[in-house]
Amino acid sequence: MIQDLFSVTVLIGILASGIRLATPYLYAAIGETFSQRSGVLNLGVEGQMLLGAFAAFYVSLRTGNLWLGLLTAMLVGAVMGLAMAYVTVNLQAQQGISGIGFYLFGLGMSDLLFQKLMPTVETIRGFPRIYIPGLSDIPGIGEIFFSQNILVYSAYLLVPVAWFVLNKTTLGLKIRAVGENPDAADSLGVSVARVRYFTIILGGTLSGIAGASLSIALLNVFQQNMTSGAGFIAVALVYFGAWRPIGVLGGALLFSMVNALQLWVQVLNIPIEPEIAVMMPYVLTILVLVATVSRVRAPSALTKPFEREN
Amino acid sequence: MTESNKLPSGQTRIDSLEMRGVTKRFPGVLANDHVDFDVRSGEVHALLGENGAGKSTLMKILYGLYHPDEGEVLLNGKPVTIASPTDSINLGIGMIHQHFMLVQTLTVAENVALGLPSSRGALTDLDRISKRILELADIYGLKIDPSAYIWQLSVGQQQRVEIIKALYRGAALLILDEPTAVLTPQEVNELFVIMRQMVRDGHALIFISHKLHEVVDISQRVTVLRDGRKIGTRPTSETTKQDLANWMVGREVGFIPDRGDVTPAEVRLQLEDVSCGSDRGTPGLRGVSVAVRSGEILGIAGVSGNGQRELAEAVTGLRKIVSGHVQLEGRDVTNFPPGELTDRMLSYIPEERMRDGMIKDFTVAENLILREHHKQPYSRSGFLNLGGIATHADKLIRDFRVKTPSRETLAKNLSGGNIQKVVLAREISRDPRVILAAQPTRGLDIGATEYVRMQLLEQRKKGAAILLISEDLDEILALSDRIAVIYEGRIMDIVPRADATPEKLGLLMAGVHPEESTSVVK
Repeated sequence: MIQDLFSVTVLIGILASGIRLATPYLYAAIGETFSQRSGVLNLGVEGQMLLGAFAAFYVSLRTGNLWLGLLTAMLVGAVMGLAMAYVTVNLQAQQGISGIGFYLFGLGMSDLLFQKLMPTVETIRGFPRIYIPGLSDIPGIGEIFFSQNILVYSAYLLVPVAWFVLNKTTLGLKIRAVGENPDAADSLGVSVARVRYFTIILGGTLSGIAGASLSIALLNVFQQNMTSGAGFIAVALVYFGAWRPIGVLGGALLFSMVNALQLWVQVLNIPIEPEIAVMMPYVLTILVLVATVSRVRAPSALTKPFEREN
Repeated sequence: MTESNKLPSGQTRIDSLEMRGVTKRFPGVLANDHVDFDVRSGEVHALLGENGAGKSTLMKILYGLYHPDEGEVLLNGKPVTIASPTDSINLGIGMIHQHFMLVQTLTVAENVALGLPSSRGALTDLDRISKRILELADIYGLKIDPSAYIWQLSVGQQQRVEIIKALYRGAALLILDEPTAVLTPQEVNELFVIMRQMVRDGHALIFISHKLHEVVDISQRVTVLRDGRKIGTRPTSETTKQDLANWMVGREVGFIPDRGDVTPAEVRLQLEDVSCGSDRGTPGLRGVSVAVRSGEILGIAGVSGNGQRELAEAVTGLRKIVSGHVQLEGRDVTNFPPGELTDRMLSYIPEERMRDGMIKDFTVAENLILREHHKQPYSRSGFLNLGGIATHADKLIRDFRVKTPSRETLAKNLSGGNIQKVVLAREISRDPRVILAAQPTRGLDIGATEYVRMQLLEQRKKGAAILLISEDLDEILALSDRIAVIYEGRIMDIVPRADATPEKLGLLMAGVHPEESTSVVK
C-alpha cells in the first residue's frame, strides 16, 4: 500500500536502486557531454550502448571474463565513435540525421548478432557488489552508497574527473574552444578535427561502457532493445545538465530516483497502472527539460560542421 | 644577437619580410597573380584594395591559412615555408582577424592560453599566463583584465585581447585585417596610438583597410591591389586619397557624390517613443522618436549592436513593437504586418542582403518580383505571368546595370555588388514613399558603393523619405541631411549635417554627450 513507500527499508531500497540505475546514464551522458562541448551532437548513443551491451554480455558469457567483456564493449563503442567522427568531421554530414542512422545500425546489428549467436536466453553473474569495510556497515548509508559494484562506483568517479578534464586541462580548454568558436581554435593551431575525433571516440567508448553496465553489471542479461531509450535520455540529460558534468549528475540522479520509485511502486503492488508508473520518469524528463532548456545556452558550434572558409 | 634586435616583448625583431611572385588560384578565379609585397621592422605598410582584390588571400597565405600555388616568402632574406598558422606563429607572425578569433565563453587568459603548450603538462597554467598578460599589457599600454570573460568586454577591448594574444605568441610582425571596421572613431585613435608605439619599438605592421583617410593617417608605405594584381607600392607621403582611390578602382572616382539641394517636405515616417525587445531578450529600442521627411535622408549612426537591427525590424514590421507608435504618411501602422507596409510603399534594403534581401536559389528575375509578385503584370488570379516577369527583369537589369549572364541566373552566383543592385532595383523601381536602407554599402567595393549612394540620393531628389542606418560614419556624413546617433537602443541626439563632426558623433556613439565631456576641447 502507499504508506509502505515511506518505510525506512523501502526508502533505502529506492535510494540504493536510484544510485545504481543512474550508472548507464552517467557514462553515456558524460561521454555525450564531451562530444557536445566540442560541438558534435551524437544521437547514436543508444546504438552504441546496445552494441556495447551485447558485446560485453557475449564476450563475458563465452570467456567467463567480465573485464574482457567490458574491454570489448569499449572497443565496439570506440569503433562506432570513430565511424561517427568520420561521418561528421570529414564528410560533414548533418549530425542529427547521421546519429539516428548510427542508432538504427546499433539497434539492428545488436539484435541480429543476438539472434544468430545466442539461440537461448542466458544470464550471467555480473560484476559483484563490493563491500567497503567500515563504510558499507553504516546503517542506511552503507546500503545506499557503499554496496554497489565497480561500474557504479567508477561512474560516479567519472563526474569529477570529467569536470577536471574540461576545466583544468589544456585538452579541456581546446574542447571548449572548439565547441564555441572552431575558427578561433583553428587560427591558433588547434586541430578542430583531432579534438572532435577525440571527443566522439571518447563518447563512443563511454557509451560502450554504459551498455556494458546494463548487461554485465546491473541486469546481467541481454535482450533485444534492452536500453529502451536510455541513450536518448542521456542526450537529454546533457541539455538538462547545461553541458556540465555536475548538472548531468543531478539530472541522472533525478531521473533514476523517479525510475526507482516507480519500480518500487510496482513491487509494492500500489494500485497505479504500471503503464502510468513506467511513464513517470519520461514525463518528468520532458517537464524538466521544458522548464530549464530556455535558460541555458548550448555550445555555439553545436551541430555545425567545421570548414575553413573558402 | 644584440639587445637592439629585441622587441620590448623580448621577441627577436623581424627586420624584413618579403613575399615574391605569390600566385593563388581558386576555381575560376585568380585571387593573387604574381604579387610582390614586403614589410620592414618599424613601419606600417598599408594594403589597400577593393573587395575581391586579393588582400585577404595574400594575408591568409602569409599566415598559413592558404597555400600559394606559386611564389615564396623570405624572412630576413631567407626563404621560409609557412604551411599552417602554427608555422607563422613560430616565425613571429601574428594576425588580428577582421572577425575576432576569440571564444566568447572563455576568459582573456584562457583565450591566450588556447593552443599553447603549458608549463604544467596536461594542466592549464592560467596563473602564469595571466602574469605575463599583465606584463605585456604594461609594456604596450593595453589595459586588460586577464580573468574577464570575452563577452563582458567591449569591441575595442576585445581587439586589445587579440593584440595581446599575438604578442604573447611572440609576434614581431602583425597583420591587422580591417581592424577599424568595428570601432568608434575614439577607439580607432586609441588603436593608432598602440600601433604607433609598436612601430617605434620595432614591430612590423601590415594594415589592411579600405578607409583611405586611415591609410593616409597611419601608414608609411601603401600597396594597392586590384583584381589580384599588385598595382604598385608607394611611400604614403607621396600619395593622396584621390590617387589611391583611382588606383584601387582603376578609373577616376567621384568621392562624395553631389547631394544637390532638396527642400524636405511633409513627414512621411514618424516614430514616437518606440520600444521593442531584442533577440537576446534584452531591450532593443528604448523609446525611440524620429521623423523623416519627404526629400530627406535621416542617418542613424552608431556602433554595431546598439539597436540598429531592432530599429530596422520594428519599422518594417518584422519585430513586435512593445510600446510607442509608427506612422507612415500620417497613418498609424504600428505592428502592421510587413506585407501591408509593402503595399503602403515602404521599401526595405536589409542589412543582411544575402539572408533577408533575396532568395539565393531563386533567379534574378524571380528575386526582382519578390515584393510585387502578387500584382499585375507579374501575376493574375494566382498564376504567374512569365512574360511580364521577364520584361520587368530585363528592364531592371539594364537600368541598374546589373552584371549577370542572364535573368535566369541564380542570385547566389552574382557578386556582392550585383546582388545589392538587384535588391536596390527591386526596392527602388517601385517608386517608394519611404525607404529604409540598412548598411546599404557594407562589404561593397568603391564602385558599387558609389552607385548605391547615387541611387539613394536620386530617390531623395524624387521625394522619398529615407532612413539610412549605417555603421560607416563616412557614409552617414556623405549622405545624411540630419544624423541621429543611436546608443543602447536610445537616440542620443539628432544633429544637422552641418554641425556634425566625426569627433562629436564619435562621443555620442560611445554614449557621451559632448557637453558632458571635459576631456575633449574643440
